[in-house]
Amino acid sequence: MREFLKLRRVVMILIAAGFVAWCAYSLQWDWLANPKYQWMMLRGLWQTIWMLVVTMVIGFALAIPIGFAQAAGPRWLAWPARVFCSVIRGTPLLMQIWLLYYGIGSLFPSIPWIRDSAMWPILRQAWPYAVLALSLSVAGYEGEVLRGAFKSVAHGQLEAARAMGMPRFTIFRRIWLPQAIQRVLPTIGGETILQLKATPLISTITIMEIYDVAGRVRRDTLVIYEPLLLLALTYMIITGVIVLLFKWFESRFPSKVA
Amino acid sequence: MTCPPPAELSSLTLLGFGDCGWGATLLWGFGNSLLIALGAYFLGFCIGVAGAFGKLYGGPVTKDLLAVYTTIVRAVPELVLILILYYAVPALLNQVLIGMGYERINLPQFITGVIVLAVVQGAYQIEVLRGSILAVPQGQIEAARAMGMSPVLLARRITLPLMTANAIPGLGNLWLNATKDTALLAVIGFTELTKATFQASATTKAFFTFYGAAMALYLLISLISILLFGRLEKTARRGQREQRG
Repeated sequence: MREFLKLRRVVMILIAAGFVAWCAYSLQWDWLANPKYQWMMLRGLWQTIWMLVVTMVIGFALAIPIGFAQAAGPRWLAWPARVFCSVIRGTPLLMQIWLLYYGIGSLFPSIPWIRDSAMWPILRQAWPYAVLALSLSVAGYEGEVLRGAFKSVAHGQLEAARAMGMPRFTIFRRIWLPQAIQRVLPTIGGETILQLKATPLISTITIMEIYDVAGRVRRDTLVIYEPLLLLALTYMIITGVIVLLFKWFESRFPSKVA
Repeated sequence: MTCPPPAELSSLTLLGFGDCGWGATLLWGFGNSLLIALGAYFLGFCIGVAGAFGKLYGGPVTKDLLAVYTTIVRAVPELVLILILYYAVPALLNQVLIGMGYERINLPQFITGVIVLAVVQGAYQIEVLRGSILAVPQGQIEAARAMGMSPVLLARRITLPLMTANAIPGLGNLWLNATKDTALLAVIGFTELTKATFQASATTKAFFTFYGAAMALYLLISLISILLFGRLEKTARRGQREQRG
């Protein structure tokens, strides 16, 4: 602590505090008192976090078969998985989101049995496309990481399991998958932060998450910087929470990988 | 110029350069994307080299300031940063210009885009370059210092050539990020490839034709870049012993 609080750091912290105080006093924050915006901000925050958690879970679940197919699958499975990863990683996420929402979303109304199905009220909304696009993105990036992880599991382990007479699925479940996941655990924290930073893109397809809320406040009140500064601060706080959560999470797992 | 309704045109006509085709628009957007990516990447590289040396060898205040810069930029979504900087950079520039007694100028959108993306790129490049400088064997640098080399000569002859091989994979990834980040400028209304694709497909309703073509263009850049960076790394690693685990 004393190492951290040297004189120059104290000066810097004072300057930062001065900047925050200046922001608080000379910029325009009266819109914060409006309950309409408070409610919108809470809902936006919930939307962002919900989207983040759901797409990370779905994306990771998809990444396991994609990574495994590339690492150990037959050619006709490995090849499509590799193409999928290259396309997802090689094109902008914004474009993928727009392709799904505007492209596929405009295709559905022209197919009668989809229009008449019970799914239609859901498919008419924007969030299924956002969930799909963001999940596929995680699946592409994390699938590539898992490919390496599956490949790096020691051969002796698998041979030993086979020698014990384990069925193939049991080998996968008990030996191969746990060791691969243990290897990618450190990357999941970083991936979650990247995913958080990708969530504002879905505001372009009319989903009201915090980036969109900031945009609405700016359009309503004609205040330029203040909502953006608060938005940046919010993202920094969420990033900090994610970092702390994963630090705690990783400390609960044995990190030694042979 | 009268065109038949887009539904009656084939994909080839739509993507072509004729009166009814959108090929020129797409290609114009593609060129814009590439130019912005190149500009932002090289400006970011300058920030990165200066920042990496600053972070390693700079004074304590420089180090702290750079740490604040890289932390903030990497914790806030690019889109938010782009939006903030998009308003802040021209405003700040005009304040400075007016303060110095010049007239205010309108910064071209292209230049603003390059600067904004370079600020984002710079933060990531600092971290990549810092890591690769740290991977240069300490003995080499000490030996150069013992020979009495000045810091600039040392950087030019020893550190930079030796760190290149370590830095190339990271820099390659950042270049791919730079090409993909240009798509974010579509949100603030800049006509690059993604925006051009959006306009073309919204007008003609031929979503899959245009998005397919644009994705192929992005993939083409990334495949060529991967190839080039692989070759670059091989050149940079010539003379090094091959390491196999």
